Formats: sequence, structure tokens, C-alpha cells
Amino acid sequence: MKQAGPRQTRLYNGPMMKLADFFPYPASSLRYDEMLDANHELRPHWQALLEPLQAISPAEIARSLALTRQMIVENGVTYNVYADPQGADRPWLLDPLPLALPAEEWAAIEAGVIQRAGLLDALLADLYGPQQLLAEGLIPAELAFGHPNFLWPCLGITLPVGHWLPLYAVDLARAADGRWWVISDRTQAPSGAGYALENRQILSRVLPDAMARRHPPPLLDFFALLRDHLLCLAAPDEPALAVVLTPGHLNETYFEHAYIARRLGLPLVEGQDLTVRGDTVYLKTLSGLHRVHGILRRLDDDYCDPVELRGDSALGVPGLLIALRAGRVTLANPLGTGVLESPAWQGFLPGVAQHLIGQELLLPSVASWWCGEKPAKEHVLAHLDQLVIKPTYPSQHFDPIFGANMGEAMRQQVIERLHHRPHTLVAQERLSPSQVPVWNSDGNGLVARTLGLRVYAVATPEGYQVMPGGLARIAGESDADAISMQRGGSSKDVWIQNWRAPQSRPGSKRLPVRHDELTSRYAENLFWLGRYTERCEDKIRLLRATFANPQGNQTESPVQPDAEAICRQFGLLPPQGRDFLDASLPYGLVANVQHMFLCGGQVRSRLSAENWRALTNLNHRFNEQISQAVDPGEILDELVLAMAALAGFALDNMTRENSWRLLMLGRRLERLHFFASLLSKCLAEGKQPAQPVLEWLLDVGDSTITYRTRYLSTPQTSSTLDLLIRDRTNPRALAFQCQVITMMYSEMAQSLGIPVEDDLLPVLPVMDAEHLAELDGDGDRARLERQRLANQLKVLAHTAAHCSDRISLKLFAHTDPPRQAILT
Amino acid sequence: MNSLLYHVAHQTTYRYSGLVVLSRQLLHMMPRATEWQERITHDLSFSTTPSQLETGYDAFGNPMCWAEIDTPYKQLTVSAQMQVRILPRGRQVARETLPWEAVRDSLAYHGKPLAPGQLDIVRYRTESPYVRIKHELGQYAADCFIADAPILVGAEALMRKIHREFAYEPGSTAIATPMLTAFRQRHGVCQDFAHIMIGCLRSLGLAAHYVSGYLRTEPPPGQPHLVGADASHAWVAVYCPPLGWVELDPTNNMHVDSHHITLAWGRDFGDVSPLRGILTGASVEELRVEVTVTPLSKAICG
Repeated sequence: MKQAGPRQTRLYNGPMMKLADFFPYPASSLRYDEMLDANHELRPHWQALLEPLQAISPAEIARSLALTRQMIVENGVTYNVYADPQGADRPWLLDPLPLALPAEEWAAIEAGVIQRAGLLDALLADLYGPQQLLAEGLIPAELAFGHPNFLWPCLGITLPVGHWLPLYAVDLARAADGRWWVISDRTQAPSGAGYALENRQILSRVLPDAMARRHPPPLLDFFALLRDHLLCLAAPDEPALAVVLTPGHLNETYFEHAYIARRLGLPLVEGQDLTVRGDTVYLKTLSGLHRVHGILRRLDDDYCDPVELRGDSALGVPGLLIALRAGRVTLANPLGTGVLESPAWQGFLPGVAQHLIGQELLLPSVASWWCGEKPAKEHVLAHLDQLVIKPTYPSQHFDPIFGANMGEAMRQQVIERLHHRPHTLVAQERLSPSQVPVWNSDGNGLVARTLGLRVYAVATPEGYQVMPGGLARIAGESDADAISMQRGGSSKDVWIQNWRAPQSRPGSKRLPVRHDELTSRYAENLFWLGRYTERCEDKIRLLRATFANPQGNQTESPVQPDAEAICRQFGLLPPQGRDFLDASLPYGLVANVQHMFLCGGQVRSRLSAENWRALTNLNHRFNEQISQAVDPGEILDELVLAMAALAGFALDNMTRENSWRLLMLGRRLERLHFFASLLSKCLAEGKQPAQPVLEWLLDVGDSTITYRTRYLSTPQTSSTLDLLIRDRTNPRALAFQCQVITMMYSEMAQSLGIPVEDDLLPVLPVMDAEHLAELDGDGDRARLERQRLANQLKVLAHTAAHCSDRISLKLFAHTDPPRQAILT
Repeated sequence: MNSLLYHVAHQTTYRYSGLVVLSRQLLHMMPRATEWQERITHDLSFSTTPSQLETGYDAFGNPMCWAEIDTPYKQLTVSAQMQVRILPRGRQVARETLPWEAVRDSLAYHGKPLAPGQLDIVRYRTESPYVRIKHELGQYAADCFIADAPILVGAEALMRKIHREFAYEPGSTAIATPMLTAFRQRHGVCQDFAHIMIGCLRSLGLAAHYVSGYLRTEPPPGQPHLVGADASHAWVAVYCPPLGWVELDPTNNMHVDSHHITLAWGRDFGDVSPLRGILTGASVEELRVEVTVTPLSKAICG
């Protein structure tokens, strides 16, 4: 059974024999190996971890791997890849074999991270305060002032809780000598803590019991401490509210934003959900404004306030800096902390540490040279082959250049840049990070991969606390030196062996108030989804009644010219011709379908999966048919059915809450507006609609069958209008819309505890049977009556539009995008 | 030369497509008090009364004002009125300034404590949102800064070169036009002229900042009408020891003197735009800016 090949080492002799037999693993003489020591023996702290595996068959391992992948998909753990042409969410990658670290080693890392967090905190306080370190010449002014994330409007801010760096993460790598080195500091909006927690949750489900019982240190306390920090401004008797601010679902770590929000019990919001009034931040919801005490921000600091920072940011909260300056809100992290994200700081930190805390750094930084200093530049020019070249500022988008591998052209480019703009380059010593075992994809063998370790710290009133564990980042197959989730890297959970919990205070039990209610932005998007869906449906029916030719005869129906003229008035046809699929028509069918789809995307999380799929399919199929030049009549037929399915989902799959009411309000107001306009157009100037026009109207209004069964005759003006206007039982009639709008709005107002303003709701013109009878005929009297009705319907359509505007202003509390920055 | 007394009226009117429901404004429309400019009166008014109004100073020492308006409006007029007295500046003899290389080297990082006041100078030496540092900018300025040239001699030569080679074309660029585009197209407005000159100076390792203000509208009898009057104006300040900051107007190829009224200075336009607003609810349909600079008769001395 022993079959370790010449280049492969047996894992462990003795008790681990079985494992070794199944999983030969290549050791390395050049790198540190996390699992094996120099003699290729299993390190003691791995022994405990792997022991239970002896009793486990490869089939079980393969099952664990499959289960891990399945849970990741089911839990929707994704990582968005910007460069992905499909714009797809990529499933998160997790290797179920944890990284084991001994408690003593962890204690050293922990002390080093605490020291470093405190140091960077003090450095930030100096940069945005007295700037003594700059004046003393301990750090170059270019590093701060030239950094796009040094935010001048933050100068002189006194933070209410004192900490500039409430949340800190550091990327570590272990060199061949076994020491941990700092590769980079994460001070802007450290990501990955949520993934670490999710990794742990998944492992607790997929690992064989014997292994899972080893109880790694719990991670949740860390998040409780973070929440305490976010809520610390709330008085004890006040409803405390903190939010997670995300740039939106296109961000690469959006999953994590949503995940952390859920784990912390905080609402996940975008900039438009918040508003600053005076010097206070509020969350806008259907029922009104709620004060926000803390913000966990996952949006880069320069995007956070378009008034004082980047004016082109549509993602931020106008006035946020005013609230921060006034000490009315806690941010993790405050604005301006991104300035420390540059490899150039590394070389200056030992001096800063001496000056600020009189200590050596416990965790050394990789040797770094900022080329803005002449001697450093000379050194770099002389040793280019041994170094890695990185950009000084995050705004320069280029990947690290490895001096050893670069071609001659690249070399010349680097040298030229070193002469022309040396301050924009940093050189770092090249480090060969340690390797760690990872299951191969079949679960029948281990492979070695490069390891990076991200460790997190949070500020508490008693000093920094480190998350006992972290995110082990694993390089992809081809990358020995670069670890990047963007480039297909994987991850591991981190288990500290024999860890003993510190005697520190656990996170408090204080919980934020729950906000299950809709934010104004969601509410508005649901309302507009209702309006756009209905708009699509109405226009599709209008076009189909006009252009579909069920008998297949080629002669033009007598209604055609009038009907086309009306389609044109609705913006559905170009000035010339009949191409209703013209994508350039701003109010055309293509534009409407697109609006509906975009609106749906905004409220995706509130729609059922089937509903969303139906919407996606409709959009996809519609575009596909257009590109394949399918017969337009066929396209309309299919659309009518697809729209009916969408309406069905709204009826069947949504609970009768305010979100449903908003969707319905949107639909009913739109339908009221459409039919009132349509009927008013048909009666304009008091004209008597010809019988084909009446049939066409009944078709548009999906009331042909009802009419036939009820009246058993060819359509009359009075009875057609009775059915389309007055009939409260006909879901297409105006009376029905008014009735539902009043009901929906009243129910919603009641649930929100706001008064119903009577003048806000549309009211149907008074029409009794006598009035109706007067509409038939060619006499002057009938003409005048029709003219009068046409005018009333026009007013009704206006009221519907006005009602929609009033609802927007009142319930969505001033949220209409777009925002814009104006400079003069 | 005696001091000059000016009255400035700066009125900005926005008309919107719909109702603006909530807006915030940031204003740099109050004159900065300087060695050669005395603030006598200043006043800001809004056609819709702000719900919040606060005044203070920005990180560059400029007076500024934050406003929040929560009353919906369709049109907004912001009007600034001010009176300032401009004092004569001392003679600035270019030949007596230090060689430009010496200035460059003194501003570079040496790992030693900075000279008093130097921290306030080096903040104007790096890239900023509207100003790039580029080799091509440094090269453009190279023939102005010949070896050992006194720094102000070099800066004046650069100003002349920009004035000569760039066409002043109102409307040819917008605020969003990147500085390098204007540089390569060789045309722009006063803001571009200032940004380009600052970019050239910083690319050489020198310190330069952006000044926002106004120009006297009516020239004194017998003198030509200046370019950039009747609107906000912008120019450049270069750090020229031992004189300190010297202000040059590349749009008019002149040293800044008693015709220029200073509002604020910063790294570039973005730090000191007179009026910056973020609003929700509508988009701008029309923007009208009117600036009138009147020398007060009593003080005219020509």
C-alpha cells in the first residue's frame, strides 16, 4: 500500500499511515510548509486536527467537498468579479480543511495586530489633526497629500469615540524563516470578515463530526463588539439604529455586505436610503425618518458625501460629513482612513512607531522602498531584479510587477517611470509565502497552495480585540506569489489549536431596533415596477388590438388609421411607418420593457424566485425575438401571455403587505391613467366612435367576451363605455381602478398610521344611466355629452398622474433619483 | 498707488426641470481676507430660505458656507454681495527670487524636520483631483525653466508661453473636461489655463495653487478690457522664495494686481468652486451667472 513516489513525501509515519496512503502531498524545500516541518514530519498542531481523518474514507471526504460546494451555492455565497464578461456572481471557494495554528503562535500574531492597529489609529489621528509626523519629516508629505483618499474636508474632525480605525484588517504572509510578515494594511473598509464567518458556518455543517467537535474559537463575539461600536452613540433609553452602507449589488463583495447586515441584525442600505437633515443622519422608510447612530460603511470614503467629496458620486449620502463633524454619527471606518492603503507607508512605520509609542514593530513589514526618496530610488534601480514594483496610490491601476520576470520592454518602462515620476512607485522585497495543503477537486489527494492570512481587529473601550481566526486566502493554481480572489483564489477557515479565551469583556447584549419595514427606495421601486409592468401590458394590448390580424387577411381593417393615430399619440410608433419595435422610441415598447426589467432588478430581493425568473425570461425572450426578426404579431401574442403570468405572480405569490399594496397601487394608477387617456382620445371633439372602434376598444380592454355575453349585440357607445368606465366588477374598468386605489391607499395609510387625504385620490366622474343613454347618436346633444365626457376623462387621467406624484413625495420622502452635482 | 475699493455682485440662478425637494449647497462666495485684501462687507442671500445655514472655514483657510434647503423649489437664486479694499502689493522683482532647482530641492522629502510654514506649502505640490503630474507637462515647461533661472523668471516665462500658445475660447471646455484634454487641444477658459500652469509647475516639483475670484469689469480709462471679466475668474499662485506666494494670471498674461478680487484658494478648482450643490428631485434646465464688479467712485484713482 505504501506508494509515496520519489517527489512525494508521506504525510506522517505511524498513526497517520492511512491518511498518508491516500493523500501523498508534495513538500517544498524552498518555502515554509504550514503542515510539515523541515523533516517532512507533521507539525504537532496539525496532528490533532487531522487525527479524526484516519477513520474517514475518501468517499466521505469527497462528500464533504461536494456538500461544501452545494452549501455555498444554496446560501448564495458569491464574489462578484468585475472583469467577468458575463458579469456573473462567482461562487465563493472554500477548502474544507482548516488552517491550523498553535495558540502560542497566534498570541504573537494577536499582539502584533493590536499594536499595529493602535499605531495606525494614532497615525490617522495625527494626519487629520496636528500633522506632527509630517512636520518632523518622519513621513513624506507626498504620501498623505498626494493620496486620493487623503480627504482635506476631514482635517480637524474630532471623532465622538476617538478611534480613527474602529475596524482594521491586515494581510500577513509567512516567509521561509517561519516568521509572519505584514504584506498590506486594510484601513478603508476591510472586507472578508463576513466570509470568514460564513466559512465557519459551512464547516460546522460539512465536516465529519469527529473533526467539527474540535471547537475552534468562536467568531461571533467579534461581530458583537463591532455592533457595540456602531451603536455607542445611542443613549440607553433611545431606539438604537445602525446600518450597513453598500455601494450596491454590483460590488465585488456584495454578498458579504448583505451577510454581515443579517448577522449584525442591521438594515443593508444604499446611499439613497439615508438622508441628512440638519446634522443628523436618518434612514428613510415608508413610515418616516429614523435616526441612524452608526454606519458600517463598505463604500470607499471619497464616494461617501458628494457635497464635500467626489461630486460625481451617486452612491453617497449628501451631508454625511456634516453629521460626522458634528459628532452625530459613528462610522466604521470614518472618512479619510483610505489614505493608509498604500505600500509606501510600510517603510516609514518603524520610525513612526518609535516616535509615537516608543516601540519596535512586533510584526515586521516586508522591506519597502518609496521611490520618491532619492536614495531609495537609486537602490531600487540597482536591485530591480530582486524586487516587486507596486503603485504608491490605489488610483494608479496596475498589478504588481515582479522584477525577476519582467521583459525588457517592461523593464525600460519601469526605469523611465522611476526617473519621471518616482514618487508613484514603491518597491518591495519579494517574499515566498508559505504553502498549505488543499484538497484536490476530487477529494482523493492534497495539493500545495500559497497561503495568505487576513486578520481582523475591532476597537473597543478596552483597546483593540482581534478576531480569533480569520480568513486564510489561498492562491490559484498558477499563482505562486499573488493571492487574489479576483483571480480565482480560494479560502480556508482558520483554527487556533488549544486557544484559551481572553478574560476580556464579551460584546454587550444590546440589540439595535429592528426595521422590517420597507425603505423608501424599495417602496418607490416597487411602486414603479407596478407602473411599468402595467404600462407594458396596456401598450402590448393596444398594439396587438391594432396590428394583430387573426384572420390573416391582408385588407386593412377600417379601424386601422384611427388606431394607429392613437398608438402614435402614445409614443408607440415612429412619426412614419409602423415599426413599434423601434428601440429608439423613448416611450416605445422596447423602452418600456427595459424600464420594467430594470425596476424589477432593483427590488429583486422582494420578489419570489419564480417571479424574478419570469421577468428575466420575458426580457430575454423579447430581445431574442427582436434580434431574430420574429414576426411582430407573434412577439405581441407571446408578450400578452407572459404579462398575464407576471400579473398572476403578483396575485398569488406575494403576501398582502405594503410591498404588495405599493405594487398594486402602481398598477391601478397606471391602468387608470392609460384607459382614461385612451377613452378620452376616442371621444375627443365629441365624435361618435364607429362600431369597429368600439370593438377595438373592447379588445384593448380585454372585455370583448364579457360584452358579448352581457349584451348579445354589436357594441353601442353607451354600453361599451358603461362596461369600460362604470362597471365596478370589470377589472379593466375605470371604476374598478378608483375603488382599488382608494382601498389600497387607505389600508396602507392605516398600517403606517398616516392620515388619508381625500383630495389625493382620483374620483370617477358622475355618470348615471340617463347620462349614458345620451352618449349614443349623431345629434348635437350627444356630441356635446361625448365632448363633456372626453374632457372629464382627460381630467381623470391628470388626477391619476398627480396622485402618483403626491404618493411619491409623501411616502418616498424625497428620494427621486437622479441626483447631480452642480458646479459653477 | 493707493488702495482701491470694489463692490462685487455675484448672482447665480438655476432653473430646474421639476421640483427640487431637498438640496445642499457648499459656497465659496465670500472674499478671503489677505495681506492685500480687506473685507469690508459681505452678504449671501437665497431666493428660498435655507433650513440650515452655517459659515466657517475650510481646510485651506477660506471662508465658506454650508446650506441645506428642504423647501421644494423650481428655481433658485443665490446672490452674493461684497465690498473689499485692495491694497497695493509690494514690488515683486523676479530676478531676486531663488533659482528654481533650489526651490524644488528644498520642497522635496529629506527625512528631516520641515522648515516652519513649509507644511502649508508642500500641500500644493502633489496631484489633486483636477491637476495631473505628468512628464509631458514638465517637458512643456522645460524651456521656461532654464538652468539656474530665478523661479519667478521661469514662472513668468511659463505664463507667457501658455498665454501665447493657448487660445482662450469660452465654452470650448466644461468643468468636467480633463486638464490633459485642454492641454493637448491648446485651448480652454481661465480655469483650464490655471490648471495647466499649475500642472506644469507641480510636474517640475514646484508648489502652486489655484485662486478663485473676480476681475474688475470696467477697465480704467484708456486701458483694455480684461479677459474673464463679467464672470468668476481664476489664476495661479506660485511659491517663489524669498517673496513667498506670487500670483500670476495666465489668461491675461499679467501679475495679479489691484484688478483682482480674491475669493478663495486651494489645490485646484474642486476645492474652491464658488457654488457646489447636490439636489434630489430634478435636473438643471438653465443656469445663469451674473457678476458685476464696480470700483466705488470715491476710491477710483486709475
